[in-house]
Amino acid sequence: MARQQPVTRQHPTALQHPVVGDRSEPRGRTDRTGRAAGRVRGFNSTSTAEKVVRYLLLLLVLLLTVGPFLWELSTSLKAPTEDIFTRTPSFLPRKPTLGNYAEAVRAVPVWTYAANSLVVAAITVGGNVVGATLAGFALARLRFGGARLILGIFLATLVLPGEVTIVSQYVTVRSLGLADTLLGVALPGAIGMLNVLLMRTAFRAVPGEMDDAAIVDGANVWQRLIHIGLPNVRGMLSVIVIFAFIGAWDDFLWPLIVLTDPDKYTLTVGIQYLNGTFSANPRVIAAGTMIAFLPIVVVFAALQRFFFRGVEEGAIKG
Amino acid sequence: MTHRRWYTPWLLIAPALVWLLVFTVWPSINTVILSFTNARPLGGGHFVGLENFDRALSDDQLGDALLNSVIYMLVCLPLLTVLPLLMALLVQKRLPGITFFRTAFYTPVIASAVVVALIWGWVLDERGLVNGLAQRLDVLSQPLPFLTDRWLLLLSAISLTVWKGLGYYMVIYLSALGNVGRELHEAAAVDGAGSVRRFLHVTLPGVRNTMLLVSVLISVSALRVFSELYILSDGTGGPGGRDMSVVMLIQMYSRGFTGHLGYASALSLLLFVITVGPLLLLLRLDRKAV
Repeated sequence: MARQQPVTRQHPTALQHPVVGDRSEPRGRTDRTGRAAGRVRGFNSTSTAEKVVRYLLLLLVLLLTVGPFLWELSTSLKAPTEDIFTRTPSFLPRKPTLGNYAEAVRAVPVWTYAANSLVVAAITVGGNVVGATLAGFALARLRFGGARLILGIFLATLVLPGEVTIVSQYVTVRSLGLADTLLGVALPGAIGMLNVLLMRTAFRAVPGEMDDAAIVDGANVWQRLIHIGLPNVRGMLSVIVIFAFIGAWDDFLWPLIVLTDPDKYTLTVGIQYLNGTFSANPRVIAAGTMIAFLPIVVVFAALQRFFFRGVEEGAIKG
Repeated sequence: MTHRRWYTPWLLIAPALVWLLVFTVWPSINTVILSFTNARPLGGGHFVGLENFDRALSDDQLGDALLNSVIYMLVCLPLLTVLPLLMALLVQKRLPGITFFRTAFYTPVIASAVVVALIWGWVLDERGLVNGLAQRLDVLSQPLPFLTDRWLLLLSAISLTVWKGLGYYMVIYLSALGNVGRELHEAAAVDGAGSVRRFLHVTLPGVRNTMLLVSVLISVSALRVFSELYILSDGTGGPGGRDMSVVMLIQMYSRGFTGHLGYASALSLLLFVITVGPLLLLLRLDRKAV
């Protein structure tokens, strides 16, 4: 059976986040390279001089991209007695202290904010995993009238920047009685259309013969989804989990519009509030910033291998 | 590909379909409806014809916001099209520790725009790192008002957007580079082409389509900017409220006693019109490429 090209390859706007898919076919890159190395001497080997230059450049870019985060971390650990406004700033805190973190927690209910963010992120992740898996599976694996139309509508929504509908989305959430609630913050993003399309792409890459064999054995739709579909799309699911979590945790504009009660703020809105009330002391704001930032780093560091695995294989095509 | 009951697929699609209708399709229609009314956050909502659009035409703040967007786009486009490609070339080669560098370069992307803006707000503070070092090295005699001058604030927000975007586009390029045929590179090397010539004649043509895609994505995200300007200006939009973006105006009019949902919806429609341009261009180019 001729299989269609996965949608995301034909439709680059689907790359709201650069996401990589499950690839059933190997790219054949390593064995070709292996042979080439013998043929063209020096093409794949790197001279010492080139290595030195490359590492120097890598370190320079590292300083520029990670430096500001370290500077903020350092500021957050500096004691109130240490002058942070001097023209000869020291990059390491002289007497590292966690006092600023305690101060931030005293000033605003940081732990409540963190818990709120976690609730929103959990609903978003759960909703996307379930909703996108079910819909993606149906669109990829089941035949039914209207499938193409629905696929087209899902695709068309990707052209629509979220900010365009944010006002009437707020009106909708309010008329559902969810204004100023965490559920109201989480609900609109709980099934992302992009994620449905990504799951569809992943399910399409599962060999059809496995499905056929299962059907012969009398498996129903649900069994095929659980036993054949899911084990083969774990990579894509992890990517969706990562980005649903990061997207929900980092979002600022939407919770800013939905929430009014300071006790219901998510972390991003909360630390911006902290910034408004504590702008005289950069150490405390730095501490609040780090509390919002570090969980994301941990999540990403733990799951990044799923993300970078497919990148090099050229899973995204421009 | 068989299933016994006709409604099984619909059951599976139902949640996504409900979400699509409630949170995307209906709000899209409602945006158009609201833009012809005087709806306010606390009630109201009578038909007022083209009043909101009339108001937009003579809104100086909107004029400023659109000018800011154009500048945003013009500065971001070249920087974010070229720099991430160079970074991708730098991290493409599998040297020891390269995974660490790739992940590290991606960190600004996963950080919230709020976190990034607060960090840079401190770095660019009048008594912050940049001004401190510049004065110490005698580059500046007076601190530069990065966050309180109309144009410097805009420029600071732009550099922040560029800095945060580097890793994102780097990954897209990295993926595209994986598709540039190694055979071509090898053949060119056999023919005696140096690395510069290989870059110009093999790599660049190979990532041309990706560059187009990236530049469209950059244009659209430059038009959608919000958090950077909001945080750096403490929500005020800078001196005289002149450092606003269209999305900041939408946010401003969507809430509070001074809110005006009708006008905010008209601005949303305007935002749609200006962002859909680059996207349609992309679809055209994409069709040609395929």
